Amino acid sequence: MNDSPPVVRLDHIAKTYRAGAIEVAAVRDISLEIPAHRFSMIIGPSGSGKTTLLNLIGCIDMPTGGRIEVVGQDVAHMSDNALADFRARSIGFIFQNFSLVPVLSAYENVEYPLLLVGMKPAERARRTQAMLEAVGLKDHARQRPNELSGGQKQRVAIARALVKEPDIVLADEPTANLDTATGAAIIALMHRMQAEHRTTFIFSTHDPQLMSHSEATFPIRDGMLVQEGHA
Amino acid sequence: MLWKIAFRNILRNTRRSVMTGSAIAVGALALLIFGGFISYIFTAFETGLVEHIGHLTVFRSGYFEFGAGNPAAYGIDNYQSVMKLIGDDPVLKPMIRVMTPTQSLVGIAGNYSGENDAAKTFLGVGLVPSDRQTMKQWNEYGVAQPFVPDDRMTDGAPQRGLIGEGMARILGLCAPLQIADCPSPKPTVTAASGPPLNSDIAALASADQPAEQTAKPELPRIDLLGATANGAPNVVSLEVAGVDRQGVKELDDNYVAMPLALSQQLVYGRGEHKITGIVLQLQRTQELPAARARLHTLIAQHHLDLETHDFAELNPFYVQVVRLFSTIFLFILIIMATIVLFAVVNTMTMNVVERTNEIGTIRAMGVRRNGIRAQFVLEGLLLGAIAATVGVIIACIVVPLINHGGIMWTPPGNSAPIPFRLLLPTAKPALLIGTWLGLVVVATIAALLPANRAARLPVVDALRHV
Repeated sequence: MNDSPPVVRLDHIAKTYRAGAIEVAAVRDISLEIPAHRFSMIIGPSGSGKTTLLNLIGCIDMPTGGRIEVVGQDVAHMSDNALADFRARSIGFIFQNFSLVPVLSAYENVEYPLLLVGMKPAERARRTQAMLEAVGLKDHARQRPNELSGGQKQRVAIARALVKEPDIVLADEPTANLDTATGAAIIALMHRMQAEHRTTFIFSTHDPQLMSHSEATFPIRDGMLVQEGHA
Repeated sequence: MLWKIAFRNILRNTRRSVMTGSAIAVGALALLIFGGFISYIFTAFETGLVEHIGHLTVFRSGYFEFGAGNPAAYGIDNYQSVMKLIGDDPVLKPMIRVMTPTQSLVGIAGNYSGENDAAKTFLGVGLVPSDRQTMKQWNEYGVAQPFVPDDRMTDGAPQRGLIGEGMARILGLCAPLQIADCPSPKPTVTAASGPPLNSDIAALASADQPAEQTAKPELPRIDLLGATANGAPNVVSLEVAGVDRQGVKELDDNYVAMPLALSQQLVYGRGEHKITGIVLQLQRTQELPAARARLHTLIAQHHLDLETHDFAELNPFYVQVVRLFSTIFLFILIIMATIVLFAVVNTMTMNVVERTNEIGTIRAMGVRRNGIRAQFVLEGLLLGAIAATVGVIIACIVVPLINHGGIMWTPPGNSAPIPFRLLLPTAKPALLIGTWLGLVVVATIAALLPANRAARLPVVDALRHV
């Protein structure tokens, strides 16, 4: 069992979107605690609200009700700039569609988050090279995203998310755009990186292959937590 | 990294960037060409004026407002001592290139020697020919026409002068002066009874001339009738050595230039010879304010009843031309700035729409709103800077080609066509830098609107954008 305090605490969280006159409740009264240094998964069918929940945990969306605590910080009351700085320091993102900056090389994409935290050039270079080597892309450092395969792009995205050694890495359906073999390789890579860096990985997924690696699972349906489970 | 991303994003959609950049480059080219054109006009106009009337003229107080009606009444007393005071001043001395006295006068010019007796009011100027020749070599900006020495009026020929071509035509001197394309008047019928009055004037004028002057038959002669300072009529005879074309017809029809001594003889007779003005031509125009301030100090210190006027005050047309062309330039500037503004806004808006997902990604990674804003503003600035630089380079190539194209034109105030010239962008750094900077600023400001839109995008909405 993990004795560390939870890295994320959600207390009666709600998120309602307004589409014209209609209000859509994407997340309803969810309370949960996500353990640190684990492979946690928010699972559910499409439209269940798992991406919304991930966005709330990632501090890129704000709840319409309830309290969110991420890495011990009550993020609901932070300013936009403070949230941006918090994300730059503490949260790494891996997106379904990779979302690499197309005008930057693989090396520059990985280096980019370190610039945001004001790291010195020498340390930046050391970490970037080490991370690219760790994800097996040392020889592709100069290539732009359009010169990389889907699996390579996702490796760059993983390296980019981990290079600043964040407290949490949020991955929104990271294997959805990959074939089975590549998806398995990516999952294995993330597992290895999580073990090496002791980072908390939080996924949203409905990929059974990925779900089989879960250490803590949070199934949601229609915006509500169905049950909380720990591996 | 910001600069790197900005530069690469400009190259990302090459066609779009080239189109927008072309608008900026063409704007720079148009502004530099037109700016070079009007700068050339201003400097050529200024050069022409300074060659003829110097930078500053010292008058007796009140002459500028009232002296034209009676120049004799506004003569500067003891002008030699005033000129010595100015010429010996240690502050003014290094600034002054030429200092020369001038006498303005009005009267009636008549040609009574030929078959067509004719008379015409004239506006005359008495001058020192050698000083005027020196003045005509002033060429601070290098735009003056090549200097051609003119020996038709010399200090050694005290009766010899020049007249406007219009005056020559009116007085029937086109044939004697061998002026091309200048018609002669039809012969007039003389009065039947008694000798004509103008014969008396001619005889009076001849009686007052030195013998050697009357003995030169090769030059036509006109008689100038004026009033002395005390109101008595006076007349002198002038040998017309040629014409000095004036750009404005009214002036050309009335212009008579004569040696200073002759003009003083006509205006002051045997009384004290004065002058109406002391003309100062400076080494450089930029010294004008300092020279003028020093003159005012001298005038005040010595309690002199004098005032000063610069070439622009003496020629309101110069100021009008400057204002007219400056207004046209401003108009073109506004049009170009508007085109650049809309082109950049359009391009940057499309960039924001296309890169919405990317904006969401880097915002999620921790880039602040201001970081997004800076990114797009920087792209506008860089696009403006690159395109404006290209425009400047093209202008630097095109302007010399135009200057060597052999194009001729007749500017306002000129009586003959002159080569069409543009001032090189490098010769007018303020215009070059101003144009470049102005376009870059407009491109940067234009990028602000889309940049703000990008910065305000909610992160989750941006990430959802496909």
